[in-house]
Amino acid sequence: MPVKRLFVAALLLAAAPAGAHNLWIKPSAATVSGEDGWVSFDAAASTDVFVADHQPLRVEQIKAFTPDGSEARIENGITGRYRSTFDLHLTKPGTWRVAVENAGLQGSYKLGGEDYRVGGRPPGGPGGMRPAGAPGAAAANARGPAGGPTGAAPPQRPGMTGKFVPGGPDFVLPAGATDVKLTQSASRNEVFVTLGEPTEIKPTGKGLEMVPLTHPADLVADAPGRFRFLVEGKPAANLEVRLIPDGKRYRNDQGEIVAKTNAAGEVSVPWPSAGLYWLNATYQDGTSSIANASGRRFNYVTTLEVMTP
Amino acid sequence: MKISHRTLITGLAATGAAAPAAAATAEISIAIPQLKVAEYHKPYVAIWLEPATGVSARTLAVWYDADNREDAGQKWLRDLRAWWRKGGRTLKMPANGISGATRAPGPQRARFNLGALQPGAYRIVVEAAREEGGREVVTLPFTWNGKGARAAASGSSELGAVAAAIRP
Repeated sequence: MPVKRLFVAALLLAAAPAGAHNLWIKPSAATVSGEDGWVSFDAAASTDVFVADHQPLRVEQIKAFTPDGSEARIENGITGRYRSTFDLHLTKPGTWRVAVENAGLQGSYKLGGEDYRVGGRPPGGPGGMRPAGAPGAAAANARGPAGGPTGAAPPQRPGMTGKFVPGGPDFVLPAGATDVKLTQSASRNEVFVTLGEPTEIKPTGKGLEMVPLTHPADLVADAPGRFRFLVEGKPAANLEVRLIPDGKRYRNDQGEIVAKTNAAGEVSVPWPSAGLYWLNATYQDGTSSIANASGRRFNYVTTLEVMTP
Repeated sequence: MKISHRTLITGLAATGAAAPAAAATAEISIAIPQLKVAEYHKPYVAIWLEPATGVSARTLAVWYDADNREDAGQKWLRDLRAWWRKGGRTLKMPANGISGATRAPGPQRARFNLGALQPGAYRIVVEAAREEGGREVVTLPFTWNGKGARAAASGSSELGAVAAAIRP
């Protein structure tokens, strides 16, 4: 089974099924001083977060944004065997964002006696997300049309059949389609780095997102970090938020912290110590604002640097 | 999230009761320890004043490698982590009357005009961070009643004895 080529896809949208690999972006520093500054990033998917021992996250999937939200240039990108690495030149003060984001529909339908699968990565395309409801039949390594649009595109997986249809914003369900199983999917994996004075992190109102009540540049080990989670702009109540500290290799336990949001979507996280933390939350329900979608599934990941007081 | 330097100063002035603010001067002595290490670099040091509540810090001094080529010393200012978070990151460096060169091991003295200080509980905080070395924060709490106050404490690694005398 070609696990190697599939891993990122499986994770981008990952609701972290058992045994899944975790996608992470690790900044060399989240706080930078000076007239300008550089931050170097590692990005990969692996079982233990921040341990590059499985697969790189592709540099082409990663975007960077200046404090005012305009797209910034990623420099010196290299995809290695276990992790990719790239640099970001912080040329003005404020909070910059580096992110891998995907959104679209996933699933399947039938038309004229043929199976179609929506979303996922066309063979040979860049990694994307895993279809939520892949029809299970033989035809391992069946290949769909090449050249996929949208970032929301996972690979052809063994056991998956049907003709590939992109699940991006242009998707329209053809008239006469039957057996429609579509899920709205969105994933965001982002990291904030700040040069000088931090600037506000504004919600987009899309997918599952974190709005810091404690700015990532203000996280200190002796004060809990407070965050608000939103689903499509509305408070994500009772959401389970998981955090894993860096350095798993040098301890016995996972060290996972699990916290739940309150009715306002807010969560308070006490830090066992200063260090780097991987934060993940997944939201899933049976509603969607998108036509023909019977549910939605959102994933959020960020990396937080907590300083000594 | 966003804290401007102006609000920092206003915050300080607003501390305390209705009693009149009296101009205050602080004389601070800081012992920078002599360390027998293979590669010694003089520490970066930040000194600031904050109300006992801990918010609204006012930077009194930053000693860093300001003469470094292209002012590259600024790159390491964030290693004065507490100061950076509490106000360092809002200052434009070099800052007139605030920033200066790093100082050599031995007793160091500095005098600061604290301006009009409302009566109340405060602390002067000294933070030191050294390249190839450690970081240490020493806090000097004092209560200002308009007449005078003294505070002393001692660090254990990057700072020695630290004392402050605050006078009208």
